[in-house]
Amino acid sequence: MNTLIAEGLRKRYGDLHALDGFDLHVPAGVIHGLLGPNGAGKTTAVKALATLINVDEGRASVAGFDVRTQAPQVRRKIGLIGQNAAVDEVLGGRQNLVMFGRLYGLSKADALARANELLGVFGLSEAAGRAVSTYSGGMRRRLDIAAGLILTPAVLFLDEPTTGLDPRARNEVWNSIREVAARGTTVLLTTQYLDEADQLASQISVIDHGRVVAGGSPDALKRQVGGDRVAVTVGIRDSLDEVARQLAPAVVDADTRTVTVSAGLADVVRILDKYEISPEDLQLRRPTLDEAFLALTGDAR
Amino acid sequence: MTTLRAGWILTQRELAHWAREPWGPVFGILFSIMLLLVFGFLFGGAINLPGGGGYIDYLLPGMLALSMMFGVETTATAMANDARKGITDRFRSMPMGSASVAFGRVGADMTNSAFELLVLIVGGLLIGWRITSDPASAALAVLLLLLLRFSVLWIGIFVGLSFRGEGATSAVQVLVWPIGFLSTAIVSAETMPDWLGAIAAWNPLSATATAARQLFGNPTGVTGGVLADGAVWLALAWPLVLTAVFVPLSARAYRKLRA
Repeated sequence: MNTLIAEGLRKRYGDLHALDGFDLHVPAGVIHGLLGPNGAGKTTAVKALATLINVDEGRASVAGFDVRTQAPQVRRKIGLIGQNAAVDEVLGGRQNLVMFGRLYGLSKADALARANELLGVFGLSEAAGRAVSTYSGGMRRRLDIAAGLILTPAVLFLDEPTTGLDPRARNEVWNSIREVAARGTTVLLTTQYLDEADQLASQISVIDHGRVVAGGSPDALKRQVGGDRVAVTVGIRDSLDEVARQLAPAVVDADTRTVTVSAGLADVVRILDKYEISPEDLQLRRPTLDEAFLALTGDAR
Repeated sequence: MTTLRAGWILTQRELAHWAREPWGPVFGILFSIMLLLVFGFLFGGAINLPGGGGYIDYLLPGMLALSMMFGVETTATAMANDARKGITDRFRSMPMGSASVAFGRVGADMTNSAFELLVLIVGGLLIGWRITSDPASAALAVLLLLLLRFSVLWIGIFVGLSFRGEGATSAVQVLVWPIGFLSTAIVSAETMPDWLGAIAAWNPLSATATAARQLFGNPTGVTGGVLADGAVWLALAWPLVLTAVFVPLSARAYRKLRA
């Protein structure tokens, strides 16, 4: 039983095909990553599934309800976390959750109880009385996510939830998303970052030009993309050419004195040890999204 | 029913804003009081009214009408801010009636404006303005002022929903000035060149300002023409026409968010 179904969605804005035959099937209870660059159609897909826009063609359903003909039922089953933290900055965290709870139809007392519960889950109890404008980016985002969970939705849409956050805040938000999924909510997460999808999602759909161009588990996708790369920065005492020869095949950048190889970190360290080379720096480089696209679509951007 | 309830919850949101940040509305009211003092005492001495009468008595109902019309900015800005921050989209993804957002705006802005009206009336009485009519007429004047606010509220909702950029709200903020001044709110239309005076007399703001003057028993600066006899009727008709035009336009703009 798939909680999210999209079949052949098409949406045009003038000459732009924002969705061009978009298909998606997501089973209940998983985190599904929708990975793609800016302008790939991620936000349009989320808005279509969350009943915010009508598509030109195709059909979609959420938790068994058709998004076009049963929009009110769909809205009782979803939470939408858009690209901006859509909370009232003047009000306090608790005030925000109580307001949204009452708008969801809860009584004052129920809304307050649910607000306090969610504030606890997301580590915001202490800041609950303060105006949201004093919150950090990560706190704001967690409050935003909490507001989407008031009715314990079947599906939570998260549209690029960590864009613009520093690494620490990003980790907080990632933990919150895992917490949401652990409580049984299906999560559709859009992201531009391969490592974010890798960290959170059990299945990934890669979207480009409004359609899904590849899909599978993170490991399967990474195998398609190619493995990790190791960048070795060579010190002055060692010869750049010598290191490159030992690690061949390798890409050499003479300006930064860096030798980059497609190999495991352990293998590289063993070779360096064997030839008694002590590098200035060793960096593990994941395939970038650009490389992923090159590998998955053969379409250089 | 649920739509009205949601509208009331969103009105309470606005009241909570005041409690948290009272300076926004306070500065809005101080601005109106400053305009009142500038026109009443700085410029007022140089203004002679056709038909006679003291300028403060003439000015005050005009300032009340002007502040109701300026409310269109507040509405448009609040709508555009919610849209830009994604709050409107969050509301739209929630199970509440499609009119809830507009109802909330109406509740919040009408409360705000009623309070502003009260402060300006008290301020006016303190600087020498007098109501010389009966309480029923004065109450009708207040209702007509609030009716004007209600009608421009829908213009604000339409603008805020249709144009999401900050440019649109800036345009509204600039445009209210010529529209406000090209009326009988501050000076009598009869002191203007004929063609300009004719435009000013047909400004909806002039109808409300003149009707309020008649109903408060203040000098009107009107000695003839359409405003002399029909101001109260025009002050009723103009807002109803504006509302009848902009409620459907706002509803259409809201539906078009799904396009």
